[in-house]
Order: sequence, then C-alpha cells, then structure tokens
Amino acid sequence: MSDVEPVQPGLFCEAGLLGGECGACGRRHFPRATICPWCGHGEVAEVTLSSEGTLWGWTAVNAAPPGYDGPVPYGFGVVELPADGIQVVTRLVESDPSVLAVGTVMRFRVVPLTPGTVTWAFERA
Amino acid sequence: MNAVHIAGVGMHPFGRHADVTATDMGARAVRAALLEAGVGRGGFGAAFCGTAYGGIATGHRVLSALGLTGGPIVDIEAGCASGAAALSLAAGAIAAGQYETVLVFGVEKMPAGFIRSSFFAPWQEAAGLTPAPAYFALRAQQLMAGSGLTERDLADVVVKNRRHGAANPDAMFRSAVTAEEVLASRVVCAPLRLWMLCSPNEGAAAVVLRAGDGDVRLRAAALRSHLPGYVLNEGTPMCGLIGADPPTPSRMAADAAYAEAGVGPEDLDVVECQDTDAARELLAYEELRLCPPGGSGALLRDGATALGGRLPVNPSGGLLSKGEPLGASALGQVVELVRQLRGACGPRQVDGARVALAHTVGRGANASAVVLSR
Repeated sequence: MSDVEPVQPGLFCEAGLLGGECGACGRRHFPRATICPWCGHGEVAEVTLSSEGTLWGWTAVNAAPPGYDGPVPYGFGVVELPADGIQVVTRLVESDPSVLAVGTVMRFRVVPLTPGTVTWAFERA
Repeated sequence: MNAVHIAGVGMHPFGRHADVTATDMGARAVRAALLEAGVGRGGFGAAFCGTAYGGIATGHRVLSALGLTGGPIVDIEAGCASGAAALSLAAGAIAAGQYETVLVFGVEKMPAGFIRSSFFAPWQEAAGLTPAPAYFALRAQQLMAGSGLTERDLADVVVKNRRHGAANPDAMFRSAVTAEEVLASRVVCAPLRLWMLCSPNEGAAAVVLRAGDGDVRLRAAALRSHLPGYVLNEGTPMCGLIGADPPTPSRMAADAAYAEAGVGPEDLDVVECQDTDAARELLAYEELRLCPPGGSGALLRDGATALGGRLPVNPSGGLLSKGEPLGASALGQVVELVRQLRGACGPRQVDGARVALAHTVGRGANASAVVLSR
C-alpha cells in the first residue's frame, strides 16, 4: 500500500471510515468535522465507523462526471451503519443495480480508484 | 404589508445560444420587461439579478449594456432558486416601503452535461461522489418505493411536459415524445434515463415588480433551506441520521407561501414546479400538498396535472422541455404564470386561471414557492 495514496487523507483506514463523535450530543457524522454538524458543539472525537451496514439506496453512474478519473460504470448509494446511528453516501463495488436490494448486508473495503490512488467502497458481504 | 404587483415580464428563450452572450440574453429579457412595464431610466429603484454561474457583477454587465446603471444592482446566488431569491428580496423591499419599483432578472449560460459545482470539495469529485443524477436517482428510488410509482409513471411525466412544451416558443425542446421513446433512452443513473433529466442550458427572464395593485398580484415569495439530518437533503451531505425525516425545504416554502398568500393548494389553478428529473415533479406534488402523501401517481394517471385537467402542472413544458438555466429558471416560471393569468398563452393556456404557484428547489439547498393571482 506504500505506493498508493488515499483519494484524501483522513477519510478512512483499513478498518473503516473515520467519522466524528460529538462530545455533547454524542451523535456521529462522516467525514469527521471540527464542529458537530448536528448540534454545533465544538469538541469532536475521531471514531472508526462500523465496517458493516445495510443498503438503503443504490444506483450506478455510467459516465465519468467532471473531476473523476476512475473506472465507469461504478456503483453509488447510501449505506446505513446502525451501530453508528448514521447513513453514509458511498461508492459501491456492485455497478449493476439489479443485483442489489434494500437491506442487503454491506461491508467496507478499500478499493483502487486510479493508478496511484485508492478510495473506499461498500460491497455485498 | 404593502401590495406588490407584476408590472411587466420578459424572456429570452431557454436553449443553446452559442452566438449570444449571457449579457445579451439578460439585456433582451430586461428590455422586454421594462417596455411592458413602461419603465425607463430612473424608473426602478433597484435591480436584483439571479445567477449561479455568471461570475462577478453579472447584473451590472446586463444593465450597462442597456445604459441603465446608477441605482443599486445586486447579484443573488441561491442555486436553482436564485431567481426566486431575487424576487423574494425585491418583494420584501417593496413591501417594506424601501422602493416603489424593482427590476428582477435572472441570467445563465451553462455548459451541457453534468452540472459541475463549486459546492463540492475536489476529493468528492475525484471519488465520484458528486454527480447530481445519482442523488436524483436515489431520491427517485425512495419516492417510487414509498408511493408505488413505476418507471412508466416517470416516463409519463416526460410525455406530459414535452407535449406541453411543444406549444411553448421559449422552450428548448419543442416536440412531443412517447413513453416508449423515453423508456428507450439510455440509463444515466437507474431508474433515471436521459430523457427523464432536464438539460442545463442558457437563457434569461425578467420581471418588474411595483408597489400597489395591478392585474397580477404577487401574493407570496417564500424561501426555505434544508434542515439537518436527512441524508438526501438538498445540501447534499455525505451522511445523515438514521430515522431523520425533517420537513423538506419545498414543503416548508410552500406552507409559508400558502400562509402568507392566504390560499391553500385547493385554490390553485396552475402550477409550475421543479421537474429537474421526472421523479422530482411527482415528489413536488406531495411536498406542495397537491395530493395526499403517496398520491402523486394517482394525480398523474388521472390526467389532473395535464393541460385540460383539474390542476395543470408545468404548462410551459417545465424544465424537461425548457432546460434549466439556473439563475433564470425560477423567473422563467414566473413569466409563464403571469402570461397564464393574463390569458396570453394561446394553445397551452389554462382556461380561467386565477391563482398560480411556482416552485423551485435544488442543490443550492434553497427551495422557493411563489404565489401569484389575478
């Protein structure tokens, strides 16, 4: 992994997404912010979010949008992380919408994006 | 609050105009509106210009082209609701007695294809997490599951609006289409196909507002933004809270506009709503309370929202026919509705229209609801 870089530092590690947990309201968010987006409190701790969740919404992107140099088509959706109380917008490994369904168990993984960069995605567990 | 009326409207057709600058489009729309209102130099106290992609001093450039500078000229950016935001601020200033007459216009010249937005961080683009149609598709999926809608219903929205737009000389697409043709167009982001999505394009629209009563009254111009929590809210967040279901900005803006205007959805005769994609129009039926929750499909299938129906929606052809020049689109709706209320729409006229609602919403996180009456 030394020859590849994440699409952006601080978003994820090998174990999962790096989120924030508010020191006041206790709710979590992603990506980690310095101020809680739910209550405005200024103390936020970093937490590694759950690597397993369930599928809430999904589609596929069939043409490269501006600023994107990765492969197409690619899956796109929202995965619910019940252990963290949140839903995250995410890339999906599956780019065929017909093989996915609400509630499908999904697992976090790091995936190649371009030569030299990696990003995260969720795939069917 | 002082009454406000529409003294004049003007429009530059929406479409692709390679040889016309944004400034020229704006100048033509403004000139037409001022002529209709009988207003010349010194005849308006301020000018508000809605634009998202125009750059610094877009409004100044338009009024410079007409030799009409000297008063305050302010550009307003509120995403898809930019033109309505300009209208709302202008109406408030008149109602408060600050100005007697205000010029409001919107102008935009956008590239074709995916809308690129400075709203996002570069890494979000690099990671593929920004394409608007993907977010629209997820919202369409949620609506379809909750309201029992099919892909055929989405296609039928396109068929309706394109049929309406065929009679609108200011529209970009002026030909009717069939549901089979819509369902044969390529998938952009399932369930949305190319013909179910509006085209970002170019155009301008202008409205002159004036204090007091006139033939078309501006009864309300409400703006609202998204509340935190919902993962698919108009702010396009990267996360949401499980179970969060706050009222949408469209719902909040509509309710505020109904209250301010003293009318309800049952009083409406004609509606122009945000049909960025076909599902967005059906979601608007529910948000604007044109039907009960889950009732958008029945409203469409009954023909209620087609010309000749009980409550025609998007008689202009909507954004699916006109395209969407962001800063101009909300005012384009207002121009259409003013002409409808005046009985000046020819083959796409809604007979006897007296109360009208215009609705916009978009990624800029703002939603607007404008009520007009004659």
